[in-house]
Amino acid sequence: MVLLNAKALNHQSLNQEIKSVSHDVELTNVLGQRFIAAGLSDKTIDIHGTPGNALAAYLNGATINVYGNAQDAVGDTMNSGQINVFGNIGDAPGYAMRGGRIYVKGNAGYRAGIHMKAYKEHLPVMIIGGKAGSFLGEYQAGGIIIVLGLTDDDKDIVANFPCTGMHGGRMFLRSTCDGIHFPHQVTARIADDETMETVRPYIEEFCGIFGYDAKEVLDTDFTVITPDSKNPYKQMYVAN
Amino acid sequence: MPINYILPEFEVERNDYRCIRCRVCERQCANGVHRYEPDGDVMLSDETKCVDCQRCVCLCPTHALKIKKNEAALRTNANWKQNTILEIYKQANTGGVLLSSMGNPDPFPVYWDKILINASQVTNPSIDPLREPMETRVFLGKKPHEIERKANGEINTELPPQIELELPVMFSAMSYGSISYNAHKSLATAAEALGICYNTGEGGLHEDFYRYGKNTIVQVASGRFGVYKDYLEAGAAIEIKMGQGAKPGIGGHLPGTKVGADVSKTRMIPEGSDAISPAPHHDIYSIEDLRQLVFSLKEATEYKKPVIVKVAAVHNIAAIASGIARSGADIIAIDGFRGGTGAAPTRIRDNVGIPIELALAAVDKRLRDEGIRQNVSLVVGGSVRSASDVVKAIALGADACYIATSALLALGCHLCRTCQSGKCNWGIATQDPELVKRLNPETGKERLVNLLTAWKHEIKEMMGLMGINSIEALRGNRLMLRGVGLNEKELEILGISHAGE
Repeated sequence: MVLLNAKALNHQSLNQEIKSVSHDVELTNVLGQRFIAAGLSDKTIDIHGTPGNALAAYLNGATINVYGNAQDAVGDTMNSGQINVFGNIGDAPGYAMRGGRIYVKGNAGYRAGIHMKAYKEHLPVMIIGGKAGSFLGEYQAGGIIIVLGLTDDDKDIVANFPCTGMHGGRMFLRSTCDGIHFPHQVTARIADDETMETVRPYIEEFCGIFGYDAKEVLDTDFTVITPDSKNPYKQMYVAN
Repeated sequence: MPINYILPEFEVERNDYRCIRCRVCERQCANGVHRYEPDGDVMLSDETKCVDCQRCVCLCPTHALKIKKNEAALRTNANWKQNTILEIYKQANTGGVLLSSMGNPDPFPVYWDKILINASQVTNPSIDPLREPMETRVFLGKKPHEIERKANGEINTELPPQIELELPVMFSAMSYGSISYNAHKSLATAAEALGICYNTGEGGLHEDFYRYGKNTIVQVASGRFGVYKDYLEAGAAIEIKMGQGAKPGIGGHLPGTKVGADVSKTRMIPEGSDAISPAPHHDIYSIEDLRQLVFSLKEATEYKKPVIVKVAAVHNIAAIASGIARSGADIIAIDGFRGGTGAAPTRIRDNVGIPIELALAAVDKRLRDEGIRQNVSLVVGGSVRSASDVVKAIALGADACYIATSALLALGCHLCRTCQSGKCNWGIATQDPELVKRLNPETGKERLVNLLTAWKHEIKEMMGLMGINSIEALRGNRLMLRGVGLNEKELEILGISHAGE
């Protein structure tokens, strides 16, 4: 692993440096540089400090570990690869991601996992260890969003308006979701064992990375939310 | 069946003396208008299904058919026009939002038609394009504000990335999904032959068309369909779609019925699932956020591609363009309110946005006033119908024009404005394999090349008559334009004088 001090490097030079080496890279003193690892398809990048917005946009296979907090728009339109954030994450992580994984130990901001898709062998998975902000999974069209609510605060597991416009994929919330309002076009129910089996490997992987006991995490009710239709707007129009 | 109150809009007139009962019309009509009745050996028509696409008329071997406007009409009323009443019936019947296609058909002013071009007489003689070289090539992208010299005194000729076009016209965004594979192939191959670009629209790039990459603009819209590294790297430029002239401020959705195996693959979404592209990018709420998307695309493609930001022409377009010109974008594309669409709510298509001519003039002036015109190239679309529209647009300040409806007309579109049905009898706005094969991509390419070859010649003729031998010298040259029948405010916004002045 090559050590790279990001101090005083702007995003363009930093990305050039990252691309110029063929080894995995450990970045230190990262302080708000945007677009780190945009479109990167190989190697592992370990980040110490706080990366700026649009970290790992269009990520195409690389692995990113952030030993701290990440800001907005992480993994925008990600195609494949893995992003592990050991702190909190900002707004709109995983916008329109169609593959790969984003695991966040802490909380997520607004609009996590919106427009998430899935395609053939690509099945994106986002796991938020803490709580999620409003508009979680808006327009979700595929993939899996899991929120575990493991942080110790009195917030609901998800804030307002989850699943608005959802028309594909699945969402799992580690809660019975009493008092959480879902839109009319989705169905929320307690996940049965068979359903939980389909996401168990991801949750186990998440727990392995962040040091949780998977058995303990899984030993409680999860609510699974699925859309009722792939075509939510079908009856809305008349030809003119 | 309850009465639905809808009058058929058209009448099928069949000359029974000429009709040979070959049933071509029946086979050609995807809407199911024509039907043969063996009992009595007659051809019958269900005119409620007719959209006046003229397919049957064009293919009838004995010219026995005419489609005419239905003369049966509601009582004339200047306020409650027949269409207005029928639209109310349709909504009362269904509870649906009215959905239309192609550009705004209403009689708003067409400023191109109220602008006239100058010509040289006696002094500053005109140039004969048949005898003298005429330059129509343009480069789109950020330009330096002044000539820079290197340490050794040589001029620094390195420019930010540019799109090179042999003439200042490109095919504007139409997605695979809204139009057919064969239509896309026609556009891609024609763009290559002409040395210009076509635009994928927001539906991704079919794997067969990656080879036309240097003549392709790849689009990134709010749904991010088909966007990944190879796609971004495939094109000559990347266009961020913020808005569309036919439906400013709203998104689009391709119904699941049009998302077949191939469209699914290209958009990278599941088959049969609605492709929803919402109104805003949910990560862009400011020019600063736009800048972030612009630079994330530049980072991902190593600063090798110019980034275009496409917006609809709306009321504050000059201020918006000023913001975009500071966002790091290399090119601004502005789409006027008469631009076409594969489907848009009627009320929005017909009532939202402003004419491209006014938007262009306002933006060009604003960017010049602020000293940032060189930051960006300007591309305008939204009903550019002819070579003279192109010349007028350039003289009003555009670097190039986007055309789409004109291109579809060249491919055989008859502007029946029912693309949203997916039953295009001309094989353009459809995914039905039987209909798609009606458009031969070889013929399509040839017709597009013919159209723009003719336009190129006309542009040269018009440049020549103004005494201009390089299209660059025409850009923003508003002295070459005069208005007719325009009021002072319109002339002020267009920045031109009235004819006779």
